[in-house]
Order: sequence, then structure tokens, then C-alpha cells
Amino acid sequence: MANKNKPFKASWSYDPAPESTDHIQLQKKYDLYIDGKFIKPESGKYFDTINPANDEIIAEIAIAEKEDVDKAVKAAKSAFKNWSKIEPKERGKYIYRIARLIQERAREFAVIESLDGGKPIRESRDIDIPLAANHFFYYAGWTDKLEFAFPNRKPKPLGVAGQIIPWNFPLLMAAWKLAPALATGNTVVLKPAETTPLTALKLAEIIRDSGLPKGVVNIITGAGKTGAEIVNHPDIDKISFTGSTAVGKYIQKAVAGTNKKITLELGGKSANIIFEDAAIDQAVEGIIDAIFFNQGHVCCAGSRLFIQESVANTVIQKLKDRMETLMVGDPMDKNTDIGAINSKRQLKTIENYIKIGLNEGGEIFQTDCILPEKGNWCKPTLFLNLSQSHTIVQEEIFGPVLAIQTFRTIEEVIEKANNTPYGLAAGVWTQNGSKIFHMTQKLKAGVIWANTFNKFDATSPFGGYKESGFGREGGLHGLKPYVKFE
Amino acid sequence: MNIDFSKIPTYDTLGVIERVNRFGKRSIKNSSKVEGLKLALSMIDLTTLEGKDTKGKVEQLCYKAMHPHDALQNIPTVAAICVYPSMVSIAKKALQGSKINVASVATAFPSGQSDLKIKLADTKFAADQGADEIDMVISRGKFLSGNYQYVFDEIAAVKEACGKAHLKVILETGELETLDNVRRASEIAIQAGADFIKTSTGKIQPAATLPVTYVMLDTIKDHYLKTGIMIGMKPAGGISTSKIALQYLVMLNEVLGEKWMNKEYFRFGASSLANDILMQLVKSETGFYQSANYFSKD
Repeated sequence: MANKNKPFKASWSYDPAPESTDHIQLQKKYDLYIDGKFIKPESGKYFDTINPANDEIIAEIAIAEKEDVDKAVKAAKSAFKNWSKIEPKERGKYIYRIARLIQERAREFAVIESLDGGKPIRESRDIDIPLAANHFFYYAGWTDKLEFAFPNRKPKPLGVAGQIIPWNFPLLMAAWKLAPALATGNTVVLKPAETTPLTALKLAEIIRDSGLPKGVVNIITGAGKTGAEIVNHPDIDKISFTGSTAVGKYIQKAVAGTNKKITLELGGKSANIIFEDAAIDQAVEGIIDAIFFNQGHVCCAGSRLFIQESVANTVIQKLKDRMETLMVGDPMDKNTDIGAINSKRQLKTIENYIKIGLNEGGEIFQTDCILPEKGNWCKPTLFLNLSQSHTIVQEEIFGPVLAIQTFRTIEEVIEKANNTPYGLAAGVWTQNGSKIFHMTQKLKAGVIWANTFNKFDATSPFGGYKESGFGREGGLHGLKPYVKFE
Repeated sequence: MNIDFSKIPTYDTLGVIERVNRFGKRSIKNSSKVEGLKLALSMIDLTTLEGKDTKGKVEQLCYKAMHPHDALQNIPTVAAICVYPSMVSIAKKALQGSKINVASVATAFPSGQSDLKIKLADTKFAADQGADEIDMVISRGKFLSGNYQYVFDEIAAVKEACGKAHLKVILETGELETLDNVRRASEIAIQAGADFIKTSTGKIQPAATLPVTYVMLDTIKDHYLKTGIMIGMKPAGGISTSKIALQYLVMLNEVLGEKWMNKEYFRFGASSLANDILMQLVKSETGFYQSANYFSKD
């Protein structure tokens, strides 16, 4: 036997299969998209956006400060007068047009998403970009049917929505927020995350080309300070934020006592529960999808794994074998399963949690993949010998690190799964249908997947319980945070 | 032997389909593609199983097995020729001096609807004629009616009748309906002494599919973890292009790994696959696809 611990080691290594990048159009420098055109920031300041897979600078991005935020909000406010009044079906036409333009340029978007954020091209190509287009298609259909979405309640738009999006699914999160806001007749000031601004700026180009009335969508870039300017701006009527729970708490404090409506989609430490009567092999695959999808940079990642004791050894052995076949490396390679960690800062956070896990006595397993020299990388990692009181079981790591515990009874696992300040998602693996319904009633989580994980759809609402936030995005429910009733 | 075959690991069909689709998304390029194509060629059981088979037809097929495409250097021969029992001695003679095996179907192939005595006689005849490998079919009717012990005993008896010949057990997965049944039949076959498990006769649709083969590979994996014994796998029927063959190899590579990546433990039951692989190999050398007329059809 070649290697006793790795009896099923793959031997056939695939040649590099890089997605070509020559078809994409990127500028060296990006300005702020305000009132239908790209304009320079008042301060003249720019920051670099970096390719996390090789540390190279891709482009310079404008920093929006107070004056720029003012301009953007003013443009949005003035555009609201007409946009909120035009025929709803006309609004729908614009949104359909944006959806089609994204589809037409899907390949370019996918490449830029992977270049800027480090996610594998397979994921940006097959998940992020098509799903982003789907959200626009879906909400375009609602524009002239809002009265049926809220019967007898006369829904009206709120005004100017300030939208702050995270770096893990840059274009998709922009779509999640823009599409329902536009469909309901609001205008928008949107800020992408500072490490991944490029696809939002490419979206700005599409929006410009779509002929959408100027000022309806304004896309401005910058770091936390820019975000704070949006949150605190007096002429903003609605804040929608996806990101960390710490920032979410700050935002909620900041808008307290104002008239601003607010939607927060925050962190998570979602439980993924494997019962002994599950289809074990598919459950193992589900564990992989739950924690290693997008390098674990997923707010609903199944980062806490609970395995029923009678099958724990089998599942862990199979999981380790499967992890060894994950290909870590160049995000542009079509065979890559796990790409680059989004930023140096995030990599440090993850590494720090791994240290904490070891210091607290966790038993670590990492695959023996070879990591590239340049860029930000983390091996697929799991920890055993943990309890509810371990830090890495309690806190969100936002990386490819899985915390494993075992359980004996259904009551025990429900108690443990709910024993967290978060409540975003959960996964249940069993071939027993009634057990699934029992679990979905008992688990306090916004989304519960049965025999699958990390599945998203434009028609399906997404959002959290407890400190994972409030408000829903997607589906009919996703319209509600953007309307008021007379 | 008393094993309770009603209790077996279960499969979620949607999950299995999702998993195998991922194998299909691997992009195999350049030298790894050539390596994969050559490996696939070396794993082929070149097959003719027709009522109209003649001495001439089988002899031509044997020549093709030994000389897949003489214009290409450094390519392997196929693994075996697969024929009906009456053609074994002809094939054996035609392949003399080569390392290519002769496999024979047996046990009232393809339906298996006959008496055990006749099946054993069929098997012995093929083995006596010189078959190196016997491809038997299981009794699907008995299996579906829950008579697992019958199926087990039958396989064990055929294994004994094979003598030195290797036994491949055809589950005919197209008639088993569910992946759980595929798992159950795989376990029965392995426990009863199969050297290889094989998906299909090629006479029933669907024949080999990626999900079914995945479940069989997973069974082989679990058996290896329990016993340390390696069982071989043969998908057969419906694998006619290089692209599909490479998907099977990707799956084999990532599920069972290097120890199974050879003709001792993996075969393709196919007739037209060889020429498609050859066409791809010529393309990788010359950069051009040649007309199908340049590849011999035997």
C-alpha cells in the first residue's frame, strides 16, 4: 500500500486549464458612478484593488468622501421623483434589460469576479453570475404586480436606499439589493466592498448602457468610512447592509431615532447536522459544499458540523479522503475547487482562529495540497475534539475551517445547534422525512436545507434570526423591505 | 453465508447526480488528456455480442484489438475481446502471442432466465474453451422479488465454475431502478466472489451511466476499507466517445485513486469507443481531426 492513511490518493494530475482573460475590458482607473456618469472623486484620492491570487494590482479605485456621497444621494433623490412615478411596466423593461446585458457579458463578469475576489472560475461562472442575472429577471417581473404581492395595501416606494454590500459575492449581492429596490420604485446609492469593487463598477457600465434614467442607480466606492457617510446621510430613507455582525450593530445604533428603515444580513455559524440514517456519501459531499464553497467566505456556511456518534468515524474518514481530492490554487483554472482567500486581512483572521483552535486543544486536520507561493491561501481544514465552549465553535471564522462535534440524541443536537447568538442557516441530513420536518420546526435559523446545502434561488427568501440580522432578500419577501404602506 | 442484504448504505439520487456532474466539469487538457486517452484505450474490452457474429467477424475484431491504429506510435492495445462462448476458441487462437485476454459472456446472457445447471454448464463451456474472463449476469427477477440469497448462491456457484477465469458480475443496472438496489446488488456480487462488477449487458437501456457507476465505485471503496480487497469495475454500454470515457476516468481517479487506474481494476465495455479515442489521439499529434474513414472499422 503506497500510503496507509491515503489509500485512495489520486494519481492522474490534470494539466492547467486556465480560463482565458484576454476578452475582458478593464481600465487602469475607476471613478465614481454618479448621476449617470463616471466622475472623479472630490478629494482626488484612489486606492488599489488587488488580485488575491498573486498580489498584483488590478486597478485604481476612487475613494468617495462626504462631498461625493452628498452628490450621489442628491442625484438619487432627484431621480426618485420620476422613477417612482413612471409606469411600473416601464421600470420592468429597464430591469429586464440589465438582466439580459449581464447574461450577454456573463463570461467577462465571471473572469473579473474571480480576478478581483479569488473565487474559483467554476463558481463565478456557474453560480454567481447566472444567479445575479436571475435576480434581475425575477424582480423585473414583479414591477407591475406589486399590488398583488401586497393585496389591498397600496405599496409605495421608500425613497433613496443606501446599500452596502460584502466582498464574498460581489455582483450577486449587488443584484440581491438592486433588483428589489428598483422593482419597487426606489433609487439607490450602492457601495461595493473595498477589496472587490470591480464587478459592481462593470455593472455600472451596464446600467449606463441600459439607458436607465440617470441618478436612479449610483455606485460609489471606498472603505468603511464611505459606508458610514451613507449610513449617516440625512436624505437616505433605507439602509440595506450585508456584512459582519459588528458593523451591523454599529449601523443599527447609527440609525436609531431616525426615520430610516433597515435590513441587516449579518454573520452566521450555521449547524450542519448528519444523522445516522442519512445517505452518508452524499452527506459528506454536503459537508464539502457547506464549508468549502467560496473558500468558506459564506455567511451561511455550514461551519459547525454535528455528526451522530454511531456514524462519526465513517463520516470523518470519508470526509478526510474527499478533502484530499480538493484542488486548491489558481482561481482562473477551470479545475480549481478552492481559490484564494479574499484579502491579507481575512487570511490573518483565519490563521489566528486556527491558532486559537490549536491552543484550546482542538485536533487539526489539513490536506497535503501544495499552495502557490504568492497570494493568500489556506488549506482546507477541519478540527476535531471540540465542545460548544471552544472559540472556533462559537465565532464566525469566514474561511475554509470546519469545527466538528458529535451528538447522541435529536434533543441534544437541537439544543447545541441553537446554542449560538447566530441563526442564519442550518443543514439536516437524513433519509427520514418526518425527522426533517421535526428539525425544521425546532431549529432557529432563517434557512434550513434538507439533504443539500448552500442552494440559492431568486424566488426563495434568505435572511436570519437573532444576531444574523433581520429582513429577507429574495422572493416575494424581498420586496417588503423596500415598500411602505399608506 | 448469512448476510442481511436488506440493510445497506443508502443513496440520495439528486446528491449523486450533483456529484457526478462535478466530474463532468473537470477540464482535461494537453498531456493529461493524452495520458487519459491512452489509459482509456488500454482499458477497453472490445466487444461484439450479436447473433450474427461469425468466425470472420471475430477474427477481424481480434486483429483490431492488437493493431488499433498502426499509424500511431506508442499506443497500447485494448485489454480484452468480449464475445459469446461459441466464439471463445476462435478469439483465443486469433489473439495468440498477444497479451490480450478473451472475455466471454455466460449464464444465459443477456436475460439470465434459465436454470442454474444450464448456467453453470454455459460457464464451464466458456472456461474450457479458454476464456480468461467470464462476464455473468445476475438473476434480476429473483433480486427484485427480494430473493437475495438466491442471487448470492448463484454467483458463488458460477464463481466456482469459472475455475481460473476471472469473474465479472453484470448487475444490469438498467433493470434495477434505484441506486439503493445498485448498491445492494453490488454488495451481493462482491460478497459472493466477484472479481469485477459490471453495469450492463448493453442490451438494455439505460446501460452504463455515471451515477450508477459512482455508486458501484463507492461500494468497492467501502469494501476495500473493510477488507483490504480490491474489486474491479466495468461500466459497459453507451460509452461511445472520448469525452464520456474521460469523465469516467476522472471519477475513478477522484473516488478510488491510483491503485485502480489500470486495466487490472477498470474496464470499459465498448465497441465504438476505441475509434473515437484513436481519432482524438491523432488530433493531439497532428492538430487536425481526420476523417472517420481513416480509422478501421472491425
